[in-house]
Amino acid sequence: MNRGTLELTVGLFVLAGIGALAVLAFKVGNLSAANSGDSYKVSARFDNIGGLTVKAPVTLAGVRIGRVSKISVDREKYSALVELSIAPEYDNLPADTSASILTAGLLGAQYVGLEPGGEDTFLTNGDRIEITQSAVVLEHLIGQLLFNRAEGGGGS
Amino acid sequence: MNAIRSLGAWVINGIVGWGRAGLFLSHSLTAIFFVLRRFRLVIQQLFSVGVLTLVIVLVSGLFVGMVLALQGYNTLVDFGAESQLGLVVALTLTRELGPVLTALLFAGRAGSALTAEIGLMKATEQLAAMEMMAVDPIERVVAPRFLAGFLSMPLLAVMFTLVGVVGGHLVGVGLLGVDSGVYWSSMQEGVDAREDILNGVIKSLVFGFVVTWIAVFEGYDAMPTSEGVSRATTRTVVGSSLAVLGLDFVLTSLMFE
Amino acid sequence: MVIPRGQVTAIMGPSGCGKSTLLNFMGGRLIPRSGDVIVDGIVVNKSRRRQLYALRKRMGMLFQRSALLTDLSVFENVAFPIREHTELPEPLIDDLVLLKLQLVGLRGTRYHMPAELSGGMGRRVALARAIALDPMMVMYDEPFTGLDPISLGVIVKLIRQVNDALGMTSIVVTHDVREGCSIADYIYLIGGGNVIGQGTPEEMQNSDSPQVQQFMNGLPDGPVPYHYPAPDYVSELFGEEPK
Repeated sequence: MNRGTLELTVGLFVLAGIGALAVLAFKVGNLSAANSGDSYKVSARFDNIGGLTVKAPVTLAGVRIGRVSKISVDREKYSALVELSIAPEYDNLPADTSASILTAGLLGAQYVGLEPGGEDTFLTNGDRIEITQSAVVLEHLIGQLLFNRAEGGGGS
Repeated sequence: MNAIRSLGAWVINGIVGWGRAGLFLSHSLTAIFFVLRRFRLVIQQLFSVGVLTLVIVLVSGLFVGMVLALQGYNTLVDFGAESQLGLVVALTLTRELGPVLTALLFAGRAGSALTAEIGLMKATEQLAAMEMMAVDPIERVVAPRFLAGFLSMPLLAVMFTLVGVVGGHLVGVGLLGVDSGVYWSSMQEGVDAREDILNGVIKSLVFGFVVTWIAVFEGYDAMPTSEGVSRATTRTVVGSSLAVLGLDFVLTSLMFE
Repeated sequence: MVIPRGQVTAIMGPSGCGKSTLLNFMGGRLIPRSGDVIVDGIVVNKSRRRQLYALRKRMGMLFQRSALLTDLSVFENVAFPIREHTELPEPLIDDLVLLKLQLVGLRGTRYHMPAELSGGMGRRVALARAIALDPMMVMYDEPFTGLDPISLGVIVKLIRQVNDALGMTSIVVTHDVREGCSIADYIYLIGGGNVIGQGTPEEMQNSDSPQVQQFMNGLPDGPVPYHYPAPDYVSELFGEEPK
């Protein structure tokens, strides 16, 4: 194989490798232009975050508009502080938007679902979402169920 | 008494061998500067080491992806979680199988070829002839191959992973009825570019370094006889494989906790 | 041992006496445990790498199995040292290589690969490569071994011709007495780690030393005994059972 063909083949090989990496990063992974830096951050306090983890999706009407960027504990109020990173194009979330921790499907991972409010002012970087709903904890649910049954009927 | 003496000799020989390998490595790394000015040598090696390993890597990647999809589906379907198939295939490949299997294939195909080639050059006195012509064989022969192996590995690993994901799609979507959109979206939701893909690339860089080091060293250090070269080639494949698997454990525990 | 400039000096001796090792000492590939190797005033075994490499550019070496680089053509092999050590333009390199190949009579094989050459031809190409940079000395490691009579004649002629035409110093390591004598101006005979004889070919042929006589005339028994040391024959035959 002469030198020109050799170098061409090697060049193609290297390009294919870099291309594969790019495809992998963008199509298979979740790298996108809006993923880093540009997004704005709001925080929300929850009594119980359940199984929510960092990087969990933040959705509006079921559509993903951001990710959970940080989870920390508020030691004075004994609750969880969750920081949400929202993509910059979704800048018209009303200031009284509520955040709930929901589960995707039966076995799915947990995510934060946003429900828009009605105010005229919008959430900006550093704002706090006041209205929140904590995650459903299975044991509490079962306890509730048993309690209700005990109240409702004695047997059967 | 003799047994202890041979054990001692074996241990000391081993340590001396490691010393030679270390000195060899430092000589080769400094030689890399030389090689950067003679890049055509590297390009030639990129071809014989990288391009020629491509076929086995792609074919294996395809089959591994397909098997992953088959096995993954069988397990996930019991939990009603077959929608996560794309994620399972992609994560397994990106984090583990891509870098590790590619490294093993590379050691078997390119690594053994490197060892045999250099060993044979030693046995036919070509390396000695170069030395007598005032050409450092480590600069001329070893360093280009070292650089080529190190550069090829991540490229090959990434292509392995990609082809594997496609193979998984072929089986999962084409054969087992998972929805195509769900296959890709579950992947995109769960595979993180930094955590998973970047760590996978870092792994394959480390593997590339180690496998190529072992391969060129064993060739350079081989006894200059046909038996010596064949034993060196075996040592390359076995040693590289063990090193890759061991390092994988270390790297995984460091990266993914 | 003193090897004079401009002459062909043969170093002869039985197998394993260390003749090739001597060449390795001269080229700095091995370091002797004691004593010095001095080439053109430079102490080889004490030289730093840069000095050693500079010295090697002025030496040529012909290896026993030619040691041509198998992935390069004949032309590329001979051009190798020129390309590595000079910045000469391609047309000039072309001419130089053809010159060297013409000297060894193989200009027509320039496009051949080493694997396509016979042993004798390979050795001649290796010779062309060894003199590519017009070195001050050339070392030949067993150049006569394994050649057919014609190739042998060619190599013998070439060694002498190269030495005289280019004013070089040649050191030929061999155990071939007849060819060594035909070609050498001076002979060193080594055995048992020492020089056991030295002189011109005539002096060596007429030497009184039994060791020199045994080697030069190829006598099977003498100072180097025929029988390898072993226990008494009779007791071994009629004695204990073999273990």
